[in-house]
Amino acid sequence: MILVVLENQRGNIHAFSQEAVVAGQQLSEKLGLDLSILCLGENASSLRDQASDYKAKNLILAQHDIINTYSADGYSKALSQIVSELSPKYVLMGHSYMVRDFLPRVSAKLDIPFVSDIIAVEYDGDSPIFSRQVFNAKLATKVKTTSDTVLLSFQSAAFSSDDMQIGGSENQSDFSVNLEASDIKSDSEAEFQESASGVDLTTAELIVSVGRGIESQDNLPLVESLASAMGAEIASSRPVVDMGWLPPYRQIGSSGQAVSPKLYLSVGISGAIQHVVGMKGSKTIMAINKDEDAPIFEIADYAIIGDLMEIVPKLTEEIQK
Amino acid sequence: MKIAVLTKAIPSYESSIRVDSSGSWIDESVVNFVVNESDSYALEEALQIKEQLNDDSEVVVVIMGNENNTSKVLKDGLAKGADRGIFINNENIDTDPLSIAKLFSEHLKEESFDLIFSGLQSDDLGSGQTGVLIGELLGMSTATLGIETKMEDGKIKVKRELESGWFQWVTLPFPASISIQSGINEPRYPSLKGIMGAKRKDVKSVSASSSGDNKQKFIELFIPKTEKVTERIEGDVDSIVARMLDILKNTLKVI
Repeated sequence: MILVVLENQRGNIHAFSQEAVVAGQQLSEKLGLDLSILCLGENASSLRDQASDYKAKNLILAQHDIINTYSADGYSKALSQIVSELSPKYVLMGHSYMVRDFLPRVSAKLDIPFVSDIIAVEYDGDSPIFSRQVFNAKLATKVKTTSDTVLLSFQSAAFSSDDMQIGGSENQSDFSVNLEASDIKSDSEAEFQESASGVDLTTAELIVSVGRGIESQDNLPLVESLASAMGAEIASSRPVVDMGWLPPYRQIGSSGQAVSPKLYLSVGISGAIQHVVGMKGSKTIMAINKDEDAPIFEIADYAIIGDLMEIVPKLTEEIQK
Repeated sequence: MKIAVLTKAIPSYESSIRVDSSGSWIDESVVNFVVNESDSYALEEALQIKEQLNDDSEVVVVIMGNENNTSKVLKDGLAKGADRGIFINNENIDTDPLSIAKLFSEHLKEESFDLIFSGLQSDDLGSGQTGVLIGELLGMSTATLGIETKMEDGKIKVKRELESGWFQWVTLPFPASISIQSGINEPRYPSLKGIMGAKRKDVKSVSASSSGDNKQKFIELFIPKTEKVTERIEGDVDSIVARMLDILKNTLKVI
């Protein structure tokens, strides 16, 4: 069996989970194993309704008062019971923040491997080989597993939800998990957003985004002038926000916003995975970096190899003319 | 309060990363090893908690790897203010997060730490699992992506970063293993006094038992192929800027 676990994201099936279902459908066909989709815990019955079209053998609901809201304690215990009982060959989820929070605990509880943040799957006969990015995406690795059950999580956009096969599930069932209040050691409060900024980068047509290559806050006006000359919004990678040079709502990436502007002009950004997942959907990517091996160039349409301190002011000046 | 901080020595951003002759690891001889970025925030958070508590709390830096790659990072942690260190000597290249977590747990268990802090993920292997795995293996409560912590009524409150600008507070009883997101604080630099003092601090050296239990293995490291057709633009500044202007004006029509 291939088991895909759906995640609730504020009432809907998480986009990464939809991609995991696609990965599951493909793995199931390739290996000749049945596909089961599990709606677990938070908002599970609504997730089941939303997933009712997805082509699968089984659609399974696992609800319990103790996991009506997410906790790492509750989810890891519940999923461990389900995996022990059903013995799937592979358990698939999206590589979300929730998955990072609890899936390693299932790995440790059941003593099974968890291959996280997978970008591609290939096959050596009947054995799947999983590719992951390593060394800040400068290299990738192929991973082989030896275990009767393996946990997998997929990087966003490794599979496309456009490839979803529909047709519904043959069987629907309930799985009864056995949990007690004392299983939950932590106390989780409601999710909240920090004060909204009024800046919506997700609708911006042009974005000029700055990374650690800017070296110092004193150099930031160079990039701000360029953005203003182009009529672009300014954004950044995480290090710039961590240093306090730009506010958090300017951040693009897994912990910030995901954008897909007409043009994404990246300035001094190396292209760590955490940043790239937030901007790789841009229509055109132009990147300035002095390191010709910078991973950002792998996804760029235009790779500008040079010193941003020279190029940016000159470009601004020419645009202003 | 006994706090362990798991730190890792990883290749610096500037290091040249090349596949070695085995094809399954990198050529370490051309690499400069530095502390993993989020681990330095984890250490700072631990040091600040110790300073706030102002009691007999202890911060212990724990590092695994071979001596060559790790010694500078360990010394730096002690110089910044950690009270002592644990060095787990491991000459093997372990890449399975569960095996790595078991090796750590073996040596952390007897110390009975109240808190284990780790960076949310290493910038080399990037599995992002070690802190949570160790928490489960040692029966601790866990939280990830901590962006703020507070001690409250004998528990620790952690502000967790969720996706797309959402957050959540989680309160954990001790013992707890918490992974720390970068940006949570401002990591300090070691003082001269700290650097001098570090030499006298206790470092316990232990050897990692060979695990032999890697249930996931790297079979090949490779340079990712680009799927896009990328135009390379280089040369003198004037010609680069002229080509960029041409693209912005005539191809993309955005200015």
